[in-house]
Order: sequence, then structure tokens, then C-alpha cells
Amino acid sequence: MDLSVHGVSPATREFGCEQNLLSRPDGSASFIQGNTSVLAGVYGPAEVKVSKEIYDRATLEVVMQPKIGLPGVRERAREQCVRETCEAALLSTLHPRSSLTLILQEVHDDGSACCLNAACMALMDAGLPMSCLFCGITCVINTDGQIITDPTLQQEKESRALMTFAIDSTEKRVLMSSTKGSISIQELQEAIALSQKASHRIFEFYRGSVSRRYSKTLK
Amino acid sequence: MVKRYAATCTHVGNQNIMAEGFKTADPLEYHKSFLKENCRPDGRELDEFRTTTLNIGPISTAEGSALVKIGNTTVMCGIKAELAVPPSDALDKGYIVPNVDMPPLCASKVRSGPPEEQAQAASQFIADIIETSEIIRKEDLCIEKEKLCWVLYCDMMCLDYDGNLLDTCIVALLAALKNTQLPKVTINKETDLPEVDLLKKCPINVNRHPVGSSFAVFDNTITIVDPTADEESLATAVMTLVVDEEGRLCSLHKPGGTALSGEKLQDCMGRAVTRHREISKLVDKILDSIKK
Repeated sequence: MDLSVHGVSPATREFGCEQNLLSRPDGSASFIQGNTSVLAGVYGPAEVKVSKEIYDRATLEVVMQPKIGLPGVRERAREQCVRETCEAALLSTLHPRSSLTLILQEVHDDGSACCLNAACMALMDAGLPMSCLFCGITCVINTDGQIITDPTLQQEKESRALMTFAIDSTEKRVLMSSTKGSISIQELQEAIALSQKASHRIFEFYRGSVSRRYSKTLK
Repeated sequence: MVKRYAATCTHVGNQNIMAEGFKTADPLEYHKSFLKENCRPDGRELDEFRTTTLNIGPISTAEGSALVKIGNTTVMCGIKAELAVPPSDALDKGYIVPNVDMPPLCASKVRSGPPEEQAQAASQFIADIIETSEIIRKEDLCIEKEKLCWVLYCDMMCLDYDGNLLDTCIVALLAALKNTQLPKVTINKETDLPEVDLLKKCPINVNRHPVGSSFAVFDNTITIVDPTADEESLATAVMTLVVDEEGRLCSLHKPGGTALSGEKLQDCMGRAVTRHREISKLVDKILDSIKK
């Protein structure tokens, strides 16, 4: 069995976060993991176009902007993943016939999908009601068969398989999963277990960063 | 609610009209009433795929083509080959460019204009599958290192959308690639220009055979296989598993939605492996019948 699951906690890079840094969006957050940095902004609940309105829930739209160039097919696929994850976590039935827009701007990409973490912090900052928080964890399986969490871009390129999971905060279940590369079902189960462990650190960080932010106003 | 309506209707014709009305008024309850009895509105079992039909080589002007129908969902895949210079960072590899298109013909929700998000996400998904499963080795597309290589444009057009687009696209792509014949190309030593011999054609080497299986989850409890468009819109989560012939997972695509437990995943994996066998047999049978 792979040692990285038993006892040894999965290694993640340093993270940092800043909330409410933009004045126009209702909620904004910047999330930094190692060298990867993503800026997220949320507008909503706001007016929705009649063609897009849903009678009993809010319409969530996700826009991803890469650092260079125009958004392409890769960004559309990621937008779909982020949108479905956010819809599972948000209590959108509390805002029927409204629109929620989430914009993710990639500032620097050094591996790992921290756009999910930035999205969650921005939604929290906007004060949107959610049933659970979520975080994104990327794992790679390198050529030795070792599973590494939170890889750098170099590690991602050299890997045999790349997996991205979104884990929820209440029951640590997998909300979203996207894998690339040939893996066996055991490797997948191990990677999920490792990601669930790594998510503890991220959720503690969310808690710490939000309590630090509101500690001044609560005093 | 279903029982009350059934008790008050005496004529079978009336019952059908009532069922249609129920389906329009509350589609979720309508579907749930079937799922409780472990079956679905079209009479299928929870783990049964719709009838899959395959037509290989319908387009004579393309290098390879296939038309696949899973139930009502119809996808036509055409492969065109062009010559190009290999990429500068991989001088011995060719290009494979997939594109999934959902024209306004296929569903009422699709309008004309920029491609639907679903089509774009599907294109990216197919591109990832081609790369990770190595369905065709890009080295096989190279004619002469640094000078000439093949570019395969794989266009998948959905003609009728009734759920489960990804599985249908993967089968169409696989069948079309197995049907593709590329002409022999040599480079004239004196003029350094490629010479294409259209009379000598050889099939391309299909390395692996990935097959996809899509599942829809209702409220974390019931998992159904091969959802129709109605079931997809009502499901709380959709998931696609792509396995190759060795039983290895090429891709697990679950774009959000409610969570899935480990045991359910194992069951789905088993079903995906069975589906792989079914599709491989079907494709081989059709290819053999063409050769005869």
C-alpha cells in the first residue's frame, strides 16, 4: 500500500488568501497556493435575463479568464466543472429568478486548481447562503506510482495521471472529480482518501482566515 | 398521486393522457414514481443501456466516418486528413483535432451562434480522452520526421440530442477511426514535395479502444445508466467513466453535483467494464460485415 496514505499527512504548498479586495463586485477573493494565484469576483443576486431565468432557483454563471489570450475550449470545460460544484453547494432556491455571476481571473498558473478555493472564498465574502463549503485538491501520480498532492506545473507535466477533486466541508465527500490519464480503481480510491485528508488543512485555513477578518469588527 | 389518477380513469386512453399531464406538471415526481419500482419511463431497467446502432462508413468523401445512435441520440463522426509540418516541440508527432458540434437541429435549447457550453466542454473532454488513452499514437501520424505529418480532423456532429452525448461521441470516434484509410505519401527526393498515392490506402493503427459509460444520480440514492435528456435535467449529478480494454480508468468525469460513495463507484466501474465488452463486440461485428 502506498505510504503516502497511512500516517504521513499529504504535503501542500503554502497558501494565502485575501477577501474583499475589489470594490465593485459584491464579493471577491484572491487565493494563492505556492506560485499559483487566482482572483475571483462574485456579482449577485442580481437581475437575470428572461431567457436565462429559472422560476425556482438562482441562475449561476461562471466566467474564466486565462492569463493570456481569449477563453477557449479548455476554459469552457473548467467553467462547467466549477459551475456544477458551486450549484451543489449554494442554496440557490433562496434566490429564485436571480442571477449569480462568478468571474475567475487566472493571475499565475503553477499547477493545481486553486480556482475552486478562490470561488468558495469569494462566495463566502459575498454572503451567499451555502449548505457547505468546498475546496479543490489536485493530485498527480508520477511515473514511480507515488501520489503527490498539490503539484507544481513541472510535476503535472511529468506525471502519468492528473486528478482534480472538489471536497465538501461537512462530510468530506467528493463533489466533483475530473481525471486525466490512465489509472486503476485502487489508485483512484487512494487519491480520494489522500485528498480528503488534505482538505482538512484547507478548511482550517478558511476558518482561520475568516475569523481573523471579522475579529476586528467583532471587538 | 399516480394511484389516485389510475383509480379514477376507466379507459386506457384516458390514462395515457393523464400520465402525459402528470409528466408535464411535475416531471420529478413522475420519474420518481418509476424509480421506486426500479424501472424507468421508457421501460428500461436501471442498469440497461438503450439500443445502440452503428453505421460505419456512411460518408464516402471522408477518410473515415461513422454514424452512431444510442436510443434517440445520434452522432455522426467524420475524419478528414490533411498534411502539415510536425509541431516544433514534437518533431515526430502528428496532430489529432477533435471537435464536437451541437447544431440548432439537435435540440430546441440550442440557438444558432457561438457553440453551446456543453459542446465545448465535450470537445475538451474528447481531446483529453484521445491524449490520455492513446487511442492513436501521434508518432504513427508522422510521415517523415521534421518534414511531414498527418493532421486528423475529427468532427462529431450531434444530429439528435436525447441525453448521453459523451458516450455516443466516444463510440462514433472509435468506429470512425477504425474505418479510416490514409493514402500512402512519399516525399520526392528531388523536389522535396509530398506525393500522395490515392490508390494505395492503408488503415491507421488504433492502439486502444476506450468506451464511455454515463450515469445519472438521483438524490445520492439511485444510480441509473445512460440517462435520457429528461433524466439528465432532473438528476442531481451526472458522471461519465471511460475504460479501456485492460479495465483501466482513462477518465472519471463528474462535473459537480451531489457526492458519490466508494461502493457506488465500484458498481459503476463494473458496469462500465461490461459496457466496454458489449461495444467492442458490436464494432468488431460491423467491421467484419463490411469486409465481406
